Amino acid sequence: MAHSGINVLFSGSNFDRLLVGLWTSIWIAALSIIIGLLIGTIFGVLRTMPNKIIRCILRVYMEIFRILPSVVLLYLVYYILPRSLHINWPGTWMAVLAFSLWVAAEFSDIVRGALQSVPLAQKESGLALGLSKMQLFLYVLLPQAFKLELPATINLATRVIKTTSILMLISVMDVINVGQQIIEANNQKFPTGVFWVYGLIFFFYFILDYPLSVWAKSLMAKQK
Amino acid sequence: MTEEILKVEHLNKFYGDWQALHDISFNLKKGEVLAILGPSGSGKSTLLRTLNGLENYKNGEIVFHGKKVQPSPKEWQAIRQKIGMVFQSYDLFPNLTVMQNILLAPTKVQKRDRAEVEQEAHHLLKRVNMDQYADTYPRELSGGQQQRVAIVRTLAMKPEVILLDEITASLDPEMVRGIEDIVKKLSENDHMTMILVTHQMNFAKRVADQVLFLEKGRIIEKTPCEQFFTEPQSERAQQFLTDMDF
Repeated sequence: MAHSGINVLFSGSNFDRLLVGLWTSIWIAALSIIIGLLIGTIFGVLRTMPNKIIRCILRVYMEIFRILPSVVLLYLVYYILPRSLHINWPGTWMAVLAFSLWVAAEFSDIVRGALQSVPLAQKESGLALGLSKMQLFLYVLLPQAFKLELPATINLATRVIKTTSILMLISVMDVINVGQQIIEANNQKFPTGVFWVYGLIFFFYFILDYPLSVWAKSLMAKQK
Repeated sequence: MTEEILKVEHLNKFYGDWQALHDISFNLKKGEVLAILGPSGSGKSTLLRTLNGLENYKNGEIVFHGKKVQPSPKEWQAIRQKIGMVFQSYDLFPNLTVMQNILLAPTKVQKRDRAEVEQEAHHLLKRVNMDQYADTYPRELSGGQQQRVAIVRTLAMKPEVILLDEITASLDPEMVRGIEDIVKKLSENDHMTMILVTHQMNFAKRVADQVLFLEKGRIIEKTPCEQFFTEPQSERAQQFLTDMDF
């Protein structure tokens, strides 16, 4: 029994190390989502403005970051920034930067779509009360858009959390990377350890993403 | 002589090549209620919406309190605090409660003291029998109730002129009377200056002092209200009243 694979999780500090790795994945995802949502909101608002040049630039930005596979984006940030711009950040920061840019791109389109589906009458009714453009967005349009965009935003968040699993490619000690190390170190002692380690990682991701996914679904059902 | 509050001179408006308003000129005295009447598509609502800058115009002048309005977004934003508007579809903000809807512009735009505006809002809501709904969201209210709130929301800005754009057109018939009563009282008790666009001749006849009759974007006649409904000057207005079964 001592050599049953499940014990790999509890030998030494393995379980704690996995939790620390999970925490790294979580904070990178959370921080990227927060920064991405803030920038994405601004970009989304700008994309509803009449200025064609700004709209065009942001559209191109959005398309590029949406089309690029996350891995490519991650490598680009990780290798180009230090070499070309001499920015030497830790891998975790690079990850936050890459993911934030990606979330901002995706979210800008969600915000634009939601803002455009707020009825024009709401805008006019706000203007007729003397609200400035800024106040109109802040108190009237964005809160209404927020409700419309919530399901899509939650789905985006679940995708970001899942995509943190590629962080090991730029040597971030995320939960996958830690798991991989544990598997390799314990290969002799626990030959079936790989099953248990990845089983636990599966369980972690499931616990993080499933409630979000259920939440998004119930919101969408309500909106119908 | 009562003070002239709003004057429109030789206003022309185009949608592309199509001219929506032709050489519109009229004036409005303090405390006066002007009804803009005319068949569908005559430009009534368009004219009303140019008066608070929701529509732009090609040339002509709008003069407010003797000062020509420079048609810039900033100037319109300032003037809209004095020229309020109530819409056909009420257009309350669904993300805010009744009270928040009313407080938004006075506190954020006019930067007035919140407690003071709130007290005033309760007073205004009481006047239209809506005070018990202060913390309700608009979706829980009937159309007539929402329109009452929309009127209060505009009044809370302390406007000098109120534009009423078909405010009874979306309401159930039994709600119409209540809204008309509110407008009537605003005119009689508060001497509020108002311009209303409506298809309901009874409403215009009850509350208006003057009638501006529009057709195809042109003013056909401007006549004191009573006279308009008994002996309109133009044949076209006569025909219109007959068509409206009036």
